[in-house]
Order: sequence, then structure tokens, then C-alpha cells
Amino acid sequence: MRHTILLSLYLAAFWLANSGHYSALMLSLGVISIALVVFIAHRMDVIDHEAQPLHLTLKLPAYFAWLIKEIFVSNLLVVKHIWLGNKSISPVFMTITASQKTELGKVIYANSISLTPGTVTVNIEGDKFLVHALLTQSIKDLESGDMDRRVTQLEN
Amino acid sequence: MDAFIHISSSLFLLIGSFLCLSGGIGILRFPDFYTRMHAVGVTETLATAMILIGLILYNPDFLVDVKLVIILLMTLFISPTAGHALANAAMLNDKMQKDDNKQNSEVKSSTS
Amino acid sequence: MLIAATLAILVVMIMAIMRVFIGPTLYDRVLAVNMFGTKTVLLISLLGFVMGRPEFLDIAIVYSLINFISVIGVLRYSDHFIFKQSGQSKK
Repeated sequence: MRHTILLSLYLAAFWLANSGHYSALMLSLGVISIALVVFIAHRMDVIDHEAQPLHLTLKLPAYFAWLIKEIFVSNLLVVKHIWLGNKSISPVFMTITASQKTELGKVIYANSISLTPGTVTVNIEGDKFLVHALLTQSIKDLESGDMDRRVTQLEN
Repeated sequence: MDAFIHISSSLFLLIGSFLCLSGGIGILRFPDFYTRMHAVGVTETLATAMILIGLILYNPDFLVDVKLVIILLMTLFISPTAGHALANAAMLNDKMQKDDNKQNSEVKSSTS
Repeated sequence: MLIAATLAILVVMIMAIMRVFIGPTLYDRVLAVNMFGTKTVLLISLLGFVMGRPEFLDIAIVYSLINFISVIGVLRYSDHFIFKQSGQSKK
């Protein structure tokens, strides 16, 4: 029930931000569409299982700040190597081990790897991630486990 | 203050355009599929973010800013998912082709 | 500056289209089409400001969602009907 109310609130905020018209007719149409979406979500049975992970919300901003810094640095690295040309890159496939226990933690870790340019998660089997990297150096950075440790901290 | 905001918005747009062009050159220049994917990654994370931040600074209307932030968040959530799906499909295809070639060569060696 | 950024995005889109045509594998083409789509989203939002009509942003939001779904759709299709000869085909 708590998740249902939260979903309705999110949808209402989204609708208000996108509309910009606040006449009675428009607002009632908005209420009807929100009710319809919540009803469909109930029928699909996705609500109450896959909702906003409440216990993570407080720790997320610090992690996001760190991730944005990381994205910035790796972007500049990849752009540098684009201009330096094909001889300067060393593409490599490598398997790395993730230490997260829950699926959510693994998903956050894999998405963070894919989001930083220069490394892409290609396949996941259990806790082994197959990662393709543009540079051997960036896979070394991943293996040193800084990102892994931060995601595991986030999870607990 | 107005001039400062205007200049910083232009600066963000300029950096974003440069990163975008670098990504475009990367997709033409890199030798194989996986490396090209990294070039596309550049244009989808930092370049998009820079251009949209430039637009947010450029216009003062609050509702329009909210829409720009929604576009930015959506791009950042979508791009790793699409990239992972694409890489996974390409890898499966590569593996299958390798197996096929092996089978073919085995057949050939057994018949010859 | 807005117009310069728009031109830069257009150039990048032309580069992506070139990659779509020269291939060589199916996945290169899907990747380039995906990039073309995300650049279209940026182009629409920039053009909205160039023309002074920020209402274009709604279209940009919808376009980014459609782009994502189309890429996933093509990949689902390639999962079910395997393109074994995609390296050699000249389609």
C-alpha cells in the first residue's frame, strides 16, 4: 500500500511538471490517467515488489556525486584516445568478480560500469562480469575494486 | 550576472558540441564493433549532459527546465541498458559464428 | 552558439548515417541507428530553442522512449531469427 501511494505521488508530480495547464478540466483528466496507470500496474503485479528502493535513497546522492566525477574523467580519457588514433588503444575482454550479494547491487554495479565510457558490461553469469574495455588501464582500475567496494557499501 | 550566465551556457554548449564531434569521429575511426561502442558512450553521457546543461542555463522558465532534466535522466538511464543489450547480442552472435566455423571445418576435414 | 551546436549535431548525425551504410556487421548498424536516435533527441530540443518554441521538448521526451524501444525490439528480433551471415550480407 505504501508503494501504491508513492507511485501515485510520483506520477502526479510527473504529470504536473509536464503539463503546465492547471484548469479544472485538465486536472481531472490528469487524475483519471494517474488512476488508470496505477490500476494497470496493480493488474501487472509489478507494484510492491519492484518499486523505489527506499533503504538506498539516503546513500545514493554521495554515490552519484562520485559516479559523475568518474564519468567525467573516463570521458576525457576516451576522447583523448579517439583523437590519438587506433594505435593508442588496447581493447581487451576481461572477467571481473563482483562482491555484491543482492541482485539490486549487481545491477547497480553493472550499470555503473556501462555508464562510464571505456568499459561495457557484456555478459553476467552469477557474480562474474564479462567486461570489454577500450584501454587495459581502465580494466586495471576496475580490478583494483574501488567501484566494487563503493557499491557494496551502498548495499548494506 | 546575466552576461555571466549567457557566457557559461555558451561554454557548456561548445564543450558538448566538441565531445559530440569527437564521438562521431570515433565511430568512423575505430576498428571494430566493441570499440565503436565506447565512442558512442561518450556522446551519450557527457556530451548530452553538457548540451542539456547549457540549455538549462540558457532559459529561465522553470517548467521547461524540469523537462530538460527529465530528458537528461532518461538518456542516462536508457543508454547503459541499450548498450548492454547490444553488446550481449553481438557477443552471442560472435560465439555462434565461431561454433559454426568450427563445425564446418570439422565436416570438411572429415569428408576430405 | 545555439545554431553552432545544432550544426555540430547535424554533422554527427551525418557521420552516424555513414556508419549505417558502410556497416560492416548488423550490430554496427544498430549501434549507429541508436546513436542517430539519441542525437535526434538533442537536435529536437536545440531546434526548439533556436525557433523560440520550447514545446518541442515534449516531442523529444517521447522520441527518446521510442528510440529505446525500437533498439530493444530489433535486438529481440535478432535473438529469435538469427542473422548468421550478417558479416557477409550486403543488405
